[in-house]
Amino acid sequence: MTKEYKTIKTELRLPYELAYGATWTRFFEGMQEKKIYGTKCPKCGKVLVPARSFCPKCFVDTDKWVEVSQEGKLTAWSYTNYRYFGQPVDPPFIGALIRLDGTDVDLLHLVGGIDLKNFDEVKRTIKNGMKVKAVWSDERKGHILDIRYFEPV
Amino acid sequence: MANKVAIVGVAQNAGCESKDNYYDQAYQVTRELLDKTGLKKDDIGTFISASSDIFHGGISCANAYYWETTGAFLKNGSRQDGESLFALFYGAMRIMSGHYDTALVIALCKGSENPSNESCTLMYADPFYQRGVGLNETLAAALQMKLYMKKSRITAEQCAKVAVKNLGNALGNPYAHRRGRYSVEDVLKSELVADPLTELQVAPKSEGIVAMLLASEEKAKKITKKPVWIKGFGSSLDSYILGDRDLLNGQLRNAANRAYKMARITDPGKQIDLAEISEPYAFQELLWMEDLGLCSPGGGGKMIDSGKTEKNGALPINPSGGVLANNPYVSRGLQRAVEAVLQMRGEAGERQVEKRVKTALAHGTHGFAGQCHAVAVLGR
Ligand SMILES: [Zn+2]
Repeated sequence: MTKEYKTIKTELRLPYELAYGATWTRFFEGMQEKKIYGTKCPKCGKVLVPARSFCPKCFVDTDKWVEVSQEGKLTAWSYTNYRYFGQPVDPPFIGALIRLDGTDVDLLHLVGGIDLKNFDEVKRTIKNGMKVKAVWSDERKGHILDIRYFEPV
Repeated sequence: MANKVAIVGVAQNAGCESKDNYYDQAYQVTRELLDKTGLKKDDIGTFISASSDIFHGGISCANAYYWETTGAFLKNGSRQDGESLFALFYGAMRIMSGHYDTALVIALCKGSENPSNESCTLMYADPFYQRGVGLNETLAAALQMKLYMKKSRITAEQCAKVAVKNLGNALGNPYAHRRGRYSVEDVLKSELVADPLTELQVAPKSEGIVAMLLASEEKAKKITKKPVWIKGFGSSLDSYILGDRDLLNGQLRNAANRAYKMARITDPGKQIDLAEISEPYAFQELLWMEDLGLCSPGGGGKMIDSGKTEKNGALPINPSGGVLANNPYVSRGLQRAVEAVLQMRGEAGERQVEKRVKTALAHGTHGFAGQCHAVAVLGR
């Protein structure tokens, strides 16, 4: 939108190239093979997903890779239907925290596989604590959206 | 606190869109502060600025901009990114060190020029795990609100009442960006943003250059008859990955306890007369009140129902209208402290509360669902 007073339009557009590092590389290689990996903390015993090289709470190295379940329970969800610049997922979508079976933290992802156009309909279908499972994309690139979304079981 | 530090002057500009440029605005607010306190640029010992030069600025080189417009050039000063209440802490510590007797603290943000808060805070999310699925401040808050409503049995109406109160309070605040008489129904029926958050429960994107002058005890007495003392401050930062965190058991309690210990506050609900709380999302005022110990755990809903937190209630919360009324993203925490100072000095104009304010609290938050919290306790 053009403003009534004199303005300059400017952008900061700069390319960055960020290393995945060993642990995250392995996690995303797993995603390409339709597998979800976590790492286990030797001190508190918690399984962290996505995988981390250390447990932030105990501040020790994680020492075990665990392939975790592709099913879990919905901890919290939000139906989002607005647009903003740079938005990575087209609205409407459901952002959600999901506790995968056998893990001890929530994974942030999307809930889908249902008609998202009607919010009232969505509210009738999607409930906290409901079981959901991962739906994989056919074309996987080692990206968080290799899982397209989690759908109600 | 070892050496006493006072706030001896404050200045701010309005939150609505202005056709002035950032450079001139920063100068104008600094000029106003110096004129009010009777000091010259060269009298100021040290400077701390708070800004987000890339995401909430687009300038990228703040040194060029803020250092000369605030009179800080050629001085020993420092800059801070993120929650601006930290700039107050750093300024206070510089005076406590004994090396300076005055510090100019300034937070700068010109929201009207920036991309939406949604776009900016999406960039706070890491590009590996969280940004790709659209994590930003609003989505994080919506998930937190869902959990809060369920666990503490807070109703949508109670959350909406915060917006009704704060946008109503803002009618008395000439610096507010958004204000109005709304009903609970208006708030709940405003456009859905991220369920259960509706538009009137989400803070706008405002302008705000907010400055204050700090001084040592000796110097303060020469500058003003109405010093406001910094009694205590504290902060705490939660871990980063959203799914690791307990969103209802965050770090505000820790931050508050650190400030209370320094300020010798043992019963915050009784000892604090007024609070300015950063509530970029309406329900957060209720949750943060609980964490600050201003009401019982789980008692946020009852507290708003009781009317105690109204402008002329027993414990006014956000008589300025809070962040829902004015959200200069980076400056919002320091603005809470400025508003608390105005109330304590009896200079808050139409938004002045009736009760006498001896001890006030200012709170700032930054990051997803209150990842970072800062608390200051101020006293007369
Ligand atoms: Zn651990």
